[in-house]
Amino acid sequence: MRDAPAATLDLEAGPREGEFYVNMGPQHPSTHGVLRLMLRMDGEVIREVIPHIGYLHRNHEKIAESRPYPQYIMFSDRLDYLASMNMNLGYCVAVERLCGIEVPERADFLRVIMAEFNRFASHLVWFGTYGLDIGAWTPMLFAFRERERIVDLFEAVCGARLTYSYMRIGGVAEDLPSGWIAKARETVAYLWPKLDEYDALLGHNVIFEKRTQGIGGLSPDQAIALGVTGPVLRSTGVRWDLRRDEPYSVYHRLDFEIPVGTTGDCHDRYLVRLAEMRQSLRIIEQALDMLPEGPIVAKVPKVLKPPKDAEVYVRTESPRGEYGVYLVSDGSANPHRLKIRAPSFSNLLCVAPTSIGLKIADLVAIVGSVDIVMGEVDR
Amino acid sequence: MPNTTALPSVERLLPQVRELLGPKVLASHCHRGDETILVAPGEIVSVLAALRDDKGLDFDTLMDLCAVDHLPRRPRFEVVYHLVSLAKRQRLRVKVPVEEKSPSVPTVSGLWPGADWFEREAWDMYGIVFEGHPDLRRLLMYEQFEGHPLRRDYPVNRRQPLIGPRN
Repeated sequence: MRDAPAATLDLEAGPREGEFYVNMGPQHPSTHGVLRLMLRMDGEVIREVIPHIGYLHRNHEKIAESRPYPQYIMFSDRLDYLASMNMNLGYCVAVERLCGIEVPERADFLRVIMAEFNRFASHLVWFGTYGLDIGAWTPMLFAFRERERIVDLFEAVCGARLTYSYMRIGGVAEDLPSGWIAKARETVAYLWPKLDEYDALLGHNVIFEKRTQGIGGLSPDQAIALGVTGPVLRSTGVRWDLRRDEPYSVYHRLDFEIPVGTTGDCHDRYLVRLAEMRQSLRIIEQALDMLPEGPIVAKVPKVLKPPKDAEVYVRTESPRGEYGVYLVSDGSANPHRLKIRAPSFSNLLCVAPTSIGLKIADLVAIVGSVDIVMGEVDR
Repeated sequence: MPNTTALPSVERLLPQVRELLGPKVLASHCHRGDETILVAPGEIVSVLAALRDDKGLDFDTLMDLCAVDHLPRRPRFEVVYHLVSLAKRQRLRVKVPVEEKSPSVPTVSGLWPGADWFEREAWDMYGIVFEGHPDLRRLLMYEQFEGHPLRRDYPVNRRQPLIGPRN
């Protein structure tokens, strides 16, 4: 094998005069998993951030090449493990488009309900851990109390509390157990007033505002050049949401808004996510009202063989941004190539340029506000 | 437009793209609503710059960049670029064939800084060199890793030598 081209990283050369390196992570609580950041510091001021990733790398894409299409659904849970439903959804839609499978209407609505509940739960985890990053303990307790309700709903429908594997190619695995819809409505009604509580607890907190306002600001051009998507992109003022702009599943039949920010700083990301949670509740309410009767899974051959040389790139809006699944088929029962375009992977790129000249405590606020999940960064 | 599959294979952008790029488009097709063009490796930077800067197409975002190994077909590799226009809500896939012998493609990290990690990942996983990349190190694997794991001829169960601690 040939050697890697010469690296330009000047770590070997040592720090410059008056500067030093600080190693942050991979076991640091504020790096959300196993992200390692090398910081070149001048006193307490950051001069350069060099991220190192790959600590959670399992080579999902290689694994996918050696097993049939339906067997990868279980692995997609482990990408963004805080939003497994959304990960299932994106992969299943991709295989369905590759093979030309139509999904029954009821299954589509069930998928949207689960995906939006999971988006809410995922934003709750972000809200709680972001509070911890900034130094507030209580938001975590609040957020996990509410998340428990949603996880209970998921457990009732598929038996799992984190890695759901609920979706199937052509539909979903199980129909709703009796009484589930009433319980879901009750949960939505319970969640609405909690959002105002969060604003009072954290959003209007003076310390929180001082720690986040004007920190880590991104311009729309910068964000687009880096490939940043999701709430981080919308906080800069770009109104881009795949659920509205390139609708999949039944999102085109639902009425919801796309909240955007203005300055793109950490506080705007907070505001956008909170507003998104309200929209998720709206979507769930509508989808529960419109939920039709009927089959929950399409007739799909036991051995799924897509046409030879077919390829699709299917994108869905995960809680973190554009989750793309690029599938290339060679006509066999296994994918020839599966590429996961993970939103956190590109969003993480915005940490290094925006934290230069700030302090380490600000870097913690920025990394937290981007809301990365290392499971999908490293895949 | 319900969910899934029946996206028409209608060429919406391809005529415009062919007009802009002329003979640089080696081939093109439209499948399941995804429009694709094939260009030569040497042209990729000028092609993507033209697609980005053209007012009518306005492909402002490089959403994804990845490599595909087509062993035993020749040319063996393909580098695939997925472009998006956020303003015009349209997508285009650009593919570049890459030979197995000295696989290399010019970098596009000068056009989009977001290509940086995608290209490092493609180097790491497939051993494709992106010429002119400012910092082409392995991204997900460690430095001492031997080989490129996503190549089709890399066995799933191959073991790697143990590495000692670094002093």
